[in-house]
Amino acid sequence: MICQECNQRPAALHFTKFINGEKTEVHLCEKCAQEKGEMFIFNGESGFAFNNLLAGLLNIDPSFKKPSQSPFHQEEVLQCDHCSMTFPQFLKVGRFGCAYCYETFKEQLKPVLGRLHSGNWAHNGKIPKRIGSGIYLRKQLDELKNALRDSIISEEFERAAEIRDKIRNLEKQLASSPEGGE
Amino acid sequence: MSLERFLNQAVSSWMCAEGPDSDIVLSSRIRLARNFYEYPFPTLFSHEEAKKIILEMEEILKISPFQKFGQMELLKIDEIQPLQKRVLVEKHLISPHLAEDSPYGAILLTENEEVSIMINEEDHIRIQCLFPGLQLSEALDAANEIDDWLESNIQYAFDEKHGYLTSCPTNVGTGLRASVMMHLPGLMLTQQINRIIPAIHQLGLVVRGIYGEGSEALGNIFQISNQITLGKSEEDIGRDLMGVVSQLISQERSAREALRKTSNIQLEDRVFRSLGVLSNSRIIESKEAAKCLSDVRLGIDMGYINDMPKTILNELMILTQPGFLQQYAGGPLRPHERDIRRAALIRERLNLEKEKIGEE
Repeated sequence: MICQECNQRPAALHFTKFINGEKTEVHLCEKCAQEKGEMFIFNGESGFAFNNLLAGLLNIDPSFKKPSQSPFHQEEVLQCDHCSMTFPQFLKVGRFGCAYCYETFKEQLKPVLGRLHSGNWAHNGKIPKRIGSGIYLRKQLDELKNALRDSIISEEFERAAEIRDKIRNLEKQLASSPEGGE
Repeated sequence: MSLERFLNQAVSSWMCAEGPDSDIVLSSRIRLARNFYEYPFPTLFSHEEAKKIILEMEEILKISPFQKFGQMELLKIDEIQPLQKRVLVEKHLISPHLAEDSPYGAILLTENEEVSIMINEEDHIRIQCLFPGLQLSEALDAANEIDDWLESNIQYAFDEKHGYLTSCPTNVGTGLRASVMMHLPGLMLTQQINRIIPAIHQLGLVVRGIYGEGSEALGNIFQISNQITLGKSEEDIGRDLMGVVSQLISQERSAREALRKTSNIQLEDRVFRSLGVLSNSRIIESKEAAKCLSDVRLGIDMGYINDMPKTILNELMILTQPGFLQQYAGGPLRPHERDIRRAALIRERLNLEKEKIGEE
């Protein structure tokens, strides 16, 4: 098969693009593929050079915000105290410098995370047992309260009583732990 | 080296063991991304900090070893031969990123290779559990146990709002990537896959062909994984993926049955032609090998071929990659030499099977 770009060299790269469900087959030689920059799609774990795309996604923000900014707005460069990464740097590489960056950039981050994780911006999963014992207890408490409500609705009163006792125990534990109740 | 000895060393448990639904699901994998709180992420850390992280991991191994999944061994990337690195990548035990761009990287590996922990890749720690067949929840449980063990020794980067903090914002939250490798020749042959892939994308999951360069899946092998890591629990991520995977399994099964009904003899012909190519060719490119292996595997699953193990596809897809061929040959090979080697290895491997049956 001959490269569809230059119609000279044999095609070395064959792939299928799906854009909005529409299938297009592409056959390119290595040279043309590199020139077209399509090679990058297939590298790395996520299947394409994610940071390029990510930076693109993140960079949408400033242009969107510009009209609403007042003329007196002073451009401030946010910088992480811990690793000295700046927000523009983060936009460029698509990677954070350290754990503290999340706190430093949290305001800017919210819409970004929402876009990356289909609207979600808060964690709803596992909590490390050791460092998060307080958080862990509170989370367990929430789950038990839900279970209590469910068992009352379904009129399983014996189960409800059991759950109620568990909740009392947990509340005691929480009250005695240093980072305790809210 | 004899082929048998080479195989014993080369084949990890997920390739040769059969798991649930392993006629369609080749393997299930869980990956958890974790970081130390006090060190900068690998994008920014210094050489010294990278070394300290490896030292900390070595300490943990020494002071509180975790034996449940077997003895763990720590290998440093800069101490591994280039060819061996390539083999580890081809076995999916380490990422190309760790092999090529992480000079301060290391890997913790269990004997049966079901558990591997990459150190100083994009994140400080990446726990991976790779199980044969459809065993997502088993793999998740295993990964969680390893995670708990590490967490009892490490101050993780975690905050209540964002969850586990990762170098890339696409992994933050659970740090979980769950993926399933599936062999879907029925959906390819009946051309249903073109309709299915966009539908799966809409559910927030990613489908891609593994092996080979393009999205056109080599050997009809696809990997399906979650994209979203934030806002859902680990169990929900697993359940959502399982839901789609079980749908795919039943659609693949009915596609195979439909093919048997409408084109039984054509299918049988295709299977045995491919077996003929694999047993007789003297030069074979990876693309052709993948296609034939897929056909033969389908033939085994559908009962056209009865004297061959199912896992031959998993095994040979891995072993006929360039790194493995060169390791087997004992040195570097040029592309056309690889094609000759590949054909020889496949022939030998199939003969080994015949001999086994002869002995019985």
